[in-house]
Amino acid sequence: MTVAAEGTRAAGGSLVEEFRYGLDAPICLTWELTYACNLSCVHCLSSSGRRDPAELTTAECKRVIDELERMQVFYVNIGGGEPTVRADFWELVDYATAHHVGVKFSTNGVKITPEIAQRLAGSDYVDVQISLDGATAAVNDAVRGAGSFDTALRAMRNLAAAGFAGFKISVVLTRQNVSQLDAFKSIADSFGAQLRITRLRPSGRGADVWDSLHPTAAQQRELYDWLVAHGENVLTGDSFFHLSGYGQGLPGLNMCGAGRVVCLIDPVGDVYACPFAIHDAFLAGNVRTPGGFAAVWRESSLFAELRRPQSGGACASCGAFDACQGGCMAAKFFTGLPLDGPDPECVRGFGQEALAAVDAGAAPRPAGDHSHRAERPGRRGGPVPVSIGPRPADSPAASRRTAPAHACEENPLAGFTLPAP
Amino acid sequence: MSTKSSVGEFDLDAAWRLHPQVSVRPERFGALLYHFGTRRLSFLKSPALLAVVRFLESEPSARAACARAGIGPSDLPAYTRALATLADSRMICGRTAA
Repeated sequence: MTVAAEGTRAAGGSLVEEFRYGLDAPICLTWELTYACNLSCVHCLSSSGRRDPAELTTAECKRVIDELERMQVFYVNIGGGEPTVRADFWELVDYATAHHVGVKFSTNGVKITPEIAQRLAGSDYVDVQISLDGATAAVNDAVRGAGSFDTALRAMRNLAAAGFAGFKISVVLTRQNVSQLDAFKSIADSFGAQLRITRLRPSGRGADVWDSLHPTAAQQRELYDWLVAHGENVLTGDSFFHLSGYGQGLPGLNMCGAGRVVCLIDPVGDVYACPFAIHDAFLAGNVRTPGGFAAVWRESSLFAELRRPQSGGACASCGAFDACQGGCMAAKFFTGLPLDGPDPECVRGFGQEALAAVDAGAAPRPAGDHSHRAERPGRRGGPVPVSIGPRPADSPAASRRTAPAHACEENPLAGFTLPAP
Repeated sequence: MSTKSSVGEFDLDAAWRLHPQVSVRPERFGALLYHFGTRRLSFLKSPALLAVVRFLESEPSARAACARAGIGPSDLPAYTRALATLADSRMICGRTAA
């Protein structure tokens, strides 16, 4: 999945083949600039909250942008955390666009004042994506936190008032909001914005809530039918290619671009195959090492493996395999399923059967956790008495200096899925 | 004249060029194109088509650009269709109508 640019037209099989074997540079990539966030969304892909003290400096970020320019990466999808809370955020946006790297950033809207909206409306090279996970405050705030609906709507009003046409409203589809698809579309239409919907993944804090939030089988069918009817005007980041098993393929390339045409750079410079796979198993390297990002992209053994022909494994004999390609690598990994078997949300129901066979607690835990300390009642209960300070010296992250974490946000490139290595 | 852009109506004898907001990245299969205005990605599926697109700016017509890229008469219809698709998605535009 995933791939590439929103709105990509699949131009025939051979091109998809080229993509499966990887390109010399990503088409675009997701870059989580910080783990700091004013919110604590229950499904955050990057378990964001607290800033990581080892996050890339302004100078290091600019060096990465220089590399992306040399590699002709068309644009970056910037997320977090809440990227706009970085003091140098606008400086980095300006630096990227001045160096021919387009920017699309995801935000909860907290910093989108009328003045900022005005400035954004003036740039052809910056696109904005406001996250909204409910068409009503009740549904949205249950996931994203009290007041977050109003914050997002205020940002949208500011953008529309500034004349920013076509900004994106980005929705992660959950059991609670699938029924609001038409309402989301109406909100987008009312602002002259474009709706973008992506798949909920069991990544980051999403691993803790996936069971209760992921759409039911009936809702998946409802979503698929809605996409077939409205897909031309709605972006999906190619998120839902696993639903292609229902029949007609959805717009997009219907392939997993992880490590082949897209990847993730996290706030401390770690490069992962995709934004939904923040775990050592999908860590390709770090931009701080000699050779920088380009060397990681071109030489990582993990990426080389992902670019080799993949076997369909248990799915190979299924009639839907050509359409769904076995679904999303990250979704399988974090639900404890083998990568060469069905997606947990396989439309034929094979995922559900497979999940039933996974022992409780057997699924790999997402790596890194930058959640605000007092907020994971489901995990360990209660505030921890110590808050800010260096990591314990014996923590695995401390020894590597580059703390892995989850990619967060519903970034555009979404849905990567990889057939098994 | 002739900046028609619906597929199938491409004017080979008009002057064309790459849209100024389009970035071109050569690839082994041809090239990737990205339009910063429409934020759409597109592809040139052969190095020859990339050559045609590159020659548009300096040649008086798309037909001349094709000739310079070595496109023979029998291949011309296919290249015309490819150019029509590019015009339709605003990847290329009439030189008078940027």
